[in-house]
Amino acid sequence: MPKSHIIEVKNLVKKYAKLVAVNDISFAVEEGEVFGLLGPNGAGKTTVISILCTLSKPTSGGASINGFDIVRQRSQVRQSIGLVFQDPSLDEQLTALENLEFHSRVYNVPASVRKERIEQVLGMVELWERRRDIVKTFSGGMKRRLELARGLLHYPKVLFLDEPTLGLDPQTRRRLWEFILNLRQKEGTTVFLTTHYMDEAEYADHIAVMDYGQLIALDNPERLKGTVGGDVINLSTVDNQKAQAELKERYQIQAGSDNEQLSFEIANGDRFIPTLIRELDTEISSISLRRPTLDDVFLKLTGHRLRDEAAKGELKDIVRQLGRRQRRR
Amino acid sequence: MNHLRGIYTIWYRDLLRVWRDKLRMASFLAFPLLFLVVFGSGLSSTMGMLAPGVDFSKFMFPGIIGMTVLMTSFMSGVSIVWDREFGFLKEVLVAPVSRVAVAAGKTLGGATIALIQGCLILLFAPLFGLTLSPGVLPQLLPTMFLVACALSAMGIFLASLIKSLEAHQAVVQLLMFPMIFLSGVFFPVDNVPAWMNVLVKINPATYSVDPIRQLMLGPESASALGITIFGHTMTIGEDLMIVAGFGLIMIILAMWSFGSQE
Ligand SMILES: Nc1ncnc2c1ncn2[C@@H]1O[C@H](COP(=O)(O)OP(=O)(O)OP(=O)(O)O)[C@@H](O)[C@H]1O
Ligand SMILES: [Mg+2]
Repeated sequence: MPKSHIIEVKNLVKKYAKLVAVNDISFAVEEGEVFGLLGPNGAGKTTVISILCTLSKPTSGGASINGFDIVRQRSQVRQSIGLVFQDPSLDEQLTALENLEFHSRVYNVPASVRKERIEQVLGMVELWERRRDIVKTFSGGMKRRLELARGLLHYPKVLFLDEPTLGLDPQTRRRLWEFILNLRQKEGTTVFLTTHYMDEAEYADHIAVMDYGQLIALDNPERLKGTVGGDVINLSTVDNQKAQAELKERYQIQAGSDNEQLSFEIANGDRFIPTLIRELDTEISSISLRRPTLDDVFLKLTGHRLRDEAAKGELKDIVRQLGRRQRRR
Repeated sequence: MNHLRGIYTIWYRDLLRVWRDKLRMASFLAFPLLFLVVFGSGLSSTMGMLAPGVDFSKFMFPGIIGMTVLMTSFMSGVSIVWDREFGFLKEVLVAPVSRVAVAAGKTLGGATIALIQGCLILLFAPLFGLTLSPGVLPQLLPTMFLVACALSAMGIFLASLIKSLEAHQAVVQLLMFPMIFLSGVFFPVDNVPAWMNVLVKINPATYSVDPIRQLMLGPESASALGITIFGHTMTIGEDLMIVAGFGLIMIILAMWSFGSQE
């Protein structure tokens, strides 16, 4: 039985001056699912979200959310969604409580449930005790948590999370996921998120992989991992280049080289390792085997890893935040 | 109903922020008070009487009230530039509040703050030899509020087009100071060179300061200091019509500009 599509994206294109940030992508999201958008920095994830959330207009193509057109029925779309931005968007002069009160008023949260909801979301992110403090005095992680609490406050039909757990400690990440999955179960909320964390993407029912503005894969996590043929072996040797050539010559294996390591996929890797140790002329310094992860899928699809890019991205964020902090003084 | 809730929420936040920042707001009062003390006292004896019973201090006081209201209103737009800088504007723009309500809420917020600032200066009137009959206040306060609304709308409209704090600073310098200097705050504008006369007459601030002065100094001085266009001296009502018309155009522009914000 086909489920209804709560988000439909058709041939979406967004061009900035000379850059095509989103290049003709189409996909659909089913009601009540967790949909993950994965991609390295600059892939166009945030651009997709801001178009879907009516914050910027598509150059061509279109989309609908909850049956409403994102260009022609913007106010109905806004009524249907909640959004946690990648960049800070709190009023730091106000207290945590005042930020949440502002949000519940503009999102028309009924006054009868307002107090209870605020208490609930603040409890989730463990900020209830700090509710009367000015946000400026919060740590970076606390601000992030408040931002998340705010996005969940009005129980939107579709919840957009742009790298929701960036800068959060593992404990908070887990609690957030509990809350989100619970919300989905109780309220049927659809969750659309972007992330660099592979373990988080595993929560998703469907994952879309983006690179350079294009959609390069869309499937459920299990099948995506299935596209990586078998196990992944990581190998480091005294001379990786030589080993790489040897692997190619002897076993027709195209090993990727990355971070002073060679890695390749192979079926029944546990059987292959003893052979390799016996036969390889180059001296092996370490060898490991693991089941494929989404990270490997990503490497296979794009030819580069997600983690390195993500690490660079975090550095970029830190630099940007420092810049802001200085400017404020 | 929805509109009203949106307008109220936006207005309330702006006031809350000002309340949090009382000290900074109070510091904005230092500037007009300095003008009053230095120029008012310093020039009063040199300038003599500008109209029957009106020395320079008395002349300047209503002008300074006008200037305070104008400046605070105009500057209220900076809150939008800050919100853009710190990301809060996105939270507002993605919310299901109509952009018309956002523009209206911002304008009213700026106007309310400007009115409060104006009133605080008004408290100093007795120090400068001005006695206000209580009967004037019911006319004076709405007049100040109308002026504040019109100029806030202008400030909000301009700020909605500006993307950075630096650019906002530049626009304020290039627009606000000439508007204030050529509005009759500091000197009577009935005897100025022809080129300046044109600027004075097309300046909406002129028609904002004039009614405040007329109300505070009384009708006798009005004939001596009023704004004349083609031999006709503007009445308070006519001034306010111009201010209201200007404000209306600005608020419509502000609403349109917010509607097309990305
Ligand atoms: N306002 C803008 N003007 C010009 N170019 C932009 C603008 N916003 C984004 N871009 C460009 O569009 C591309 C996609 O950016 P986007 O923010 O969508 O990436 P992302 O996938 O969210 O990356 P990240 O993982 O770093 O958040 C980038 O090359 C970026 O430089
Ligand atoms: Mg992004």
